[in-house]
Amino acid sequence: MPQETKTTGKVVKQRLFGWVDNRLKINGLVDYMSHKVVPEHRASIWYYFGGISLFFFVVQVLTGILLLLYYRPGADSAYESVKFIISEVSFGWLIRAIHSWSANLMILAAFVHMFSVFFTHAYRKPREMTWISGVVLLSLALAFGFSGYLLPWNELSFFATRVGTGIAGALPVVGGFLMKLMRGGEDVTGATIGRFFGLHVAVLPGIFAVLLSLHLFFIQRQGMSEPIEWEKNPHIPRKFRPFFPNFIMRELLVWLIMLNILAVLAVFLPDGIGVVHWPLGQKADPFAPPPLVIRPEWYFMFAFQALKFMPAHFFFMEGELFGIGILTLGGVIWLAAPFLSRSFEKGEKPRLLITFGWLVLLFIVVMTVVGYLLK
Amino acid sequence: MSGFLKILFAPVILAAVVLLIPLNLSADNCLDCHSGWEEAVDAPTKLIQRDVHFKAGLGCSDCHGGNPDLDDMDAVRKSKGYKGIPPAREIPQFCASCHSDPAYMVKHNPSLPTDQLEKYKTSIHGKRLFEKGDVKVANCVSCHSVHDIQSPEIPTSTVNAQNIPGTCAKCHAKADYMKEYGIPTDQYEGYIKSVHGQALLVKKETGAPACNSCHGNHGATPPGVTSLSAVCGLCHSLIADSFAKSPHKAAFDAAGYPECETCHSNHYIEEPKLHWVGTSDSSLCVRCHAADDGNHGFAVAAAIYDMISKMNKTYDMAISKIDEADRKGMMVTDERFALNEVKQAIIQTATEFHSLDTLVVAATTHTGIASSEKIYEAGKAKIDDYFFRRKGLGIATLLITILAIALYLKIRSIEK
Repeated sequence: MPQETKTTGKVVKQRLFGWVDNRLKINGLVDYMSHKVVPEHRASIWYYFGGISLFFFVVQVLTGILLLLYYRPGADSAYESVKFIISEVSFGWLIRAIHSWSANLMILAAFVHMFSVFFTHAYRKPREMTWISGVVLLSLALAFGFSGYLLPWNELSFFATRVGTGIAGALPVVGGFLMKLMRGGEDVTGATIGRFFGLHVAVLPGIFAVLLSLHLFFIQRQGMSEPIEWEKNPHIPRKFRPFFPNFIMRELLVWLIMLNILAVLAVFLPDGIGVVHWPLGQKADPFAPPPLVIRPEWYFMFAFQALKFMPAHFFFMEGELFGIGILTLGGVIWLAAPFLSRSFEKGEKPRLLITFGWLVLLFIVVMTVVGYLLK
Repeated sequence: MSGFLKILFAPVILAAVVLLIPLNLSADNCLDCHSGWEEAVDAPTKLIQRDVHFKAGLGCSDCHGGNPDLDDMDAVRKSKGYKGIPPAREIPQFCASCHSDPAYMVKHNPSLPTDQLEKYKTSIHGKRLFEKGDVKVANCVSCHSVHDIQSPEIPTSTVNAQNIPGTCAKCHAKADYMKEYGIPTDQYEGYIKSVHGQALLVKKETGAPACNSCHGNHGATPPGVTSLSAVCGLCHSLIADSFAKSPHKAAFDAAGYPECETCHSNHYIEEPKLHWVGTSDSSLCVRCHAADDGNHGFAVAAAIYDMISKMNKTYDMAISKIDEADRKGMMVTDERFALNEVKQAIIQTATEFHSLDTLVVAATTHTGIASSEKIYEAGKAKIDDYFFRRKGLGIATLLITILAIALYLKIRSIEK
């Protein structure tokens, strides 16, 4: 009798799979995936960071949707609803804590992912579009962070947004317009929450979903990049690991570890710690004096600090504007990295680009540390 | 301007300059001469620069008389209306010559009353000065200073609220000066330690009472036994109402006890303490209500003490529970806000306590105790929730870890 049930079960499964496969050609996909391989070498560990970023993004979507059930945008309701979520809603505190931790960890993982791709030169031909979509995805993630920061409408978020949007206002010609567009008026008000909320839960997720799908599609089509040394020297012994199921299972294992870390952080430090700290605190009061120290989130600190170091005037330009110009130029070079060196074609390491990469990393680290050390 | 016109206008300009010089110089000869030989920083000509009268355009002669246009001092002294330095006995009338004249004062400062002299005459200071010729008592300049008289609103004024205790103490804290009057000289010492003195002098709360708030200023009549509660009731009106309804009112009046002062003292008024109530040795109640006198007061004192101390105890417990939850990182803003309700009940009880009506006190303390207990329970629930979270996390991480280990073993078996 049990044997019979088992066989019937198998038949049902096969027929169901057959029905779907007839229509979607899943067998082809499984076949494609099982032929895919992932190179195995000294730097293989960096392959996991894209997946880690993806995991945190999925967590963001899920927890974001849950928060959306109770969050009410508006100057009179935003702060109150967040307070309600963390004090009254069952597990609301946990969802907010996970959303906040996961946001920071996602950006950290994405930064690691980007720098590992940069220093292993995985962006070279044919992966230029993957690189560009990735850099744009990181910028969108930063925009997610910036727009999400204001939503609790507390003291710190209010003044940080005022400063942040003020920097956009320093741009020539379009600055004033851009600042008004972001703020929904002359100053940060309830109208700004409406805009940032729309951006955070509709506009950005829409664009992000499309770009992320493309980014993942590119990776699936191109496979994982092989080390540049392999290209140059055909005699190096090569090792590969099957993508399915081996790499997928390893990735899953990493995700489980990340989930555990996330859970521990969210329960033990629901308000964050140190520089990644998001206590609800006092409600925003536009008429109150700003807090003594207004700090952006840690991932904006380097740019914020660099702009603060700018002299009032740089030749004929305003210092801040000059700083924005330099940062933008750096961003453009960064984005264009795959096109900037002929070394790729010869299978050699692009020395100049590597130096530039280290300088960028050094700049970011030094400015961030200095930003937190200087009061 | 052409050369011809310059020559034409030159004598006109010269004549104008010559005519204007004496106009400028004829300001006030008193000030010119006196400032020439007065060098001390507290000399009248120096002090007068910040004097309210001088700033309003009055000169030396407006008080001291004489003709300020004369340059010879002897001539000034002989001139019409010269008063010189008035003797202490005459100072009140000296000032009153303007300050008691409504028609004159309305032109300069309509907000100032003109009955200061009349009030002064009713005060102990005035009575002694006019009836006994005692010039040691305070007259106008003793409190207001002489040549640098400033409006009470100005912080450096001798009669500014914060300076008044010091001004009165100049005489009243001096044992040898006060000896012949047989009155105590420790009022200032007591006052600066009292809740009133601390509020005014340390916390700089200008609304807190200084000497004149209870004793009056120009009509400086000290509140007597019968009027004391009326003076305290000026500010503490709810307590005065409450006290008026209490059995103490009639009893104190009959025994000739001053009302508020009996328990609170007069100048050194301390922050009230819970142990003042009740039946312990340090209680004020047992001074009159001894345990064995079989009267109702002893029982009331014990009952009220129990009610208030229970309320304070539940309040302290609620605070410590909320603090504990806060230290554990739980959100307690609403509970902290609710603690204000209890604080309110505590303040209300302190007021209503004076009625000595156990039913009235029980009603407020009951509210305070009930709120405290509710807040305590809320804090306890938060702490329970904190441990529930950790337990839940323990189970969840255990499950995830088991899953991860299983996955790891699976990977190893596949890759073998």
